[in-house]
Amino acid sequence: MLEIEKLSAGYGPIPAIREISLTVPEGRVVSIIGANGAGKSTLLKAVSGLNANKSGCILFQGRNITGLGADRIVGLGLSQVAEGRQIFAHMSVADNIQLGAYLYYRRRHRAEIKERSDQVYAMFPILAKRAKQIAGTLSGGEQQMLAIGRALMTRPKLLLLDEPSMGLAPIVVQEIFQTIETLNGMGMTILLVEQNARAALQIADFAYVLETGQVVLKGPAAQLLNDPKVKAAYLGG
Amino acid sequence: METFPFLNQLLQFLVTGLTVGAIYAMVAIGFNIIYNVTEIINLAQGEFVMLGGLVMVSVHTSLGLPLLLAFPVTVLVVTLVGVLLDRLAIRPIRKPSVMTLIIATVAASIIIKGLAMIIWGKSPYDLPAFSGRTPIDIGGVIIQPQYLWVIGFLVAVAVGLTLFFNRTILGKAMGACADNPDAARLVGINVRHMVLLSFALSAAIGAVAGLTLTPIALMDYDRGAMLAIKGFGAAILGGLGSFPGAILGGLILGLIESLSAGMLASGYKDAYALIILLAVLFIRPSGILGNLEVTRFKRF
Repeated sequence: MLEIEKLSAGYGPIPAIREISLTVPEGRVVSIIGANGAGKSTLLKAVSGLNANKSGCILFQGRNITGLGADRIVGLGLSQVAEGRQIFAHMSVADNIQLGAYLYYRRRHRAEIKERSDQVYAMFPILAKRAKQIAGTLSGGEQQMLAIGRALMTRPKLLLLDEPSMGLAPIVVQEIFQTIETLNGMGMTILLVEQNARAALQIADFAYVLETGQVVLKGPAAQLLNDPKVKAAYLGG
Repeated sequence: METFPFLNQLLQFLVTGLTVGAIYAMVAIGFNIIYNVTEIINLAQGEFVMLGGLVMVSVHTSLGLPLLLAFPVTVLVVTLVGVLLDRLAIRPIRKPSVMTLIIATVAASIIIKGLAMIIWGKSPYDLPAFSGRTPIDIGGVIIQPQYLWVIGFLVAVAVGLTLFFNRTILGKAMGACADNPDAARLVGINVRHMVLLSFALSAAIGAVAGLTLTPIALMDYDRGAMLAIKGFGAAILGGLGSFPGAILGGLILGLIESLSAGMLASGYKDAYALIILLAVLFIRPSGILGNLEVTRFKRF
């Protein structure tokens, strides 16, 4: 579904990631693990179009999306849940969810929008309870759920998740990862970037290890979980 | 009937002050729309008001279009100027910082003013009042019918914008750009379009302010800067970015100006607004309705 070839990207003249190639097959969960500063977020931002300073090739469902901006890419069915829970903090929870449907917000889609938001609220009942609340006042976990819920409203076929566990309590992290598994069970393809390597490998089919902007290791997630190098570096021995 | 000269005079100043304040409020709303979407202070905002008055003079008085037609034509022309301002002065700037963009609006305002001088010359123009100039006398207080138009338009603009930003998906999308531009792009909002829309919208509101003001206070090419300063002062006073704040700030500023000019010395009329502006910036930079917490994170 997503094929990346020799992708380099960054913010200044020196790229933060260099010539990364990876594939995300339809219906699978692919994880990218690596330490802080390895270039994981840079990679996702280049794919989703938030970062335009890049070279290489990104194919989504066979279509070259390398030169497209983020607002175009999301319309094709590739939706990023950005790092740090990028929600509209000054707006209500309901408005955040509603804006997820921005691209097809027309009268004739009213039934679909209702159905999708009902699904989101069913998946995260706490959001329904707090629908009128200002999003910035939610707890960290609730904000993460809102960010995922809003991304689900964009009719995604591929979901990019950037550090969904960052700064969350272990019990909430567990909940988020369960949600990711549920979504995958419903047929959603997922590309997950995580520092929490154990959790990320446990739910993934395939994984890549990123170090200083390059892929140093790749393989089936189960295999990486038992890899001595991965164990030593990312799973605490 | 017994009259109370002092009281009557005071009420008269209040009426005038509220009318002028309503104009300042509309200018302040224009500032806020663009600020809310882009964080830019559009210092060409006053030129929109000036153009609103002078374009109306051309289409209504010179070309002879009836009022009901001249009004939308004027608003449309000035809106187009707002769109051009974005396309020609804002969008082409590469690697924009907010400061660079603000300087660009200063440059644009000087150019617009220069062109206006070439087109309309230096003399001030009058417009016929919308519903005549027969004053309404309420217990000795004289109200020009045009005053009611000014206040009516302010109410209409305020209600319309509140509904637009809180009820429509397009309005919410504009707010989303200000809230979090990256997140806005991730749900498919084209931020550039929203910036363009914000310039168009605030140009349109500036035009309405200008064409309703002209029958009261005349209009010439040079009025933009002072109107911008007053409107900016009103926006700051009420809290930058807040629409209720803009209205409150505008009305307070108008009242202070009118009362102090009437009771103290009218020669310093413009100075009072600036003194207020400075005082607010020293004492409470977030304005009356602004949020101090939020202000700390803002760049301006």
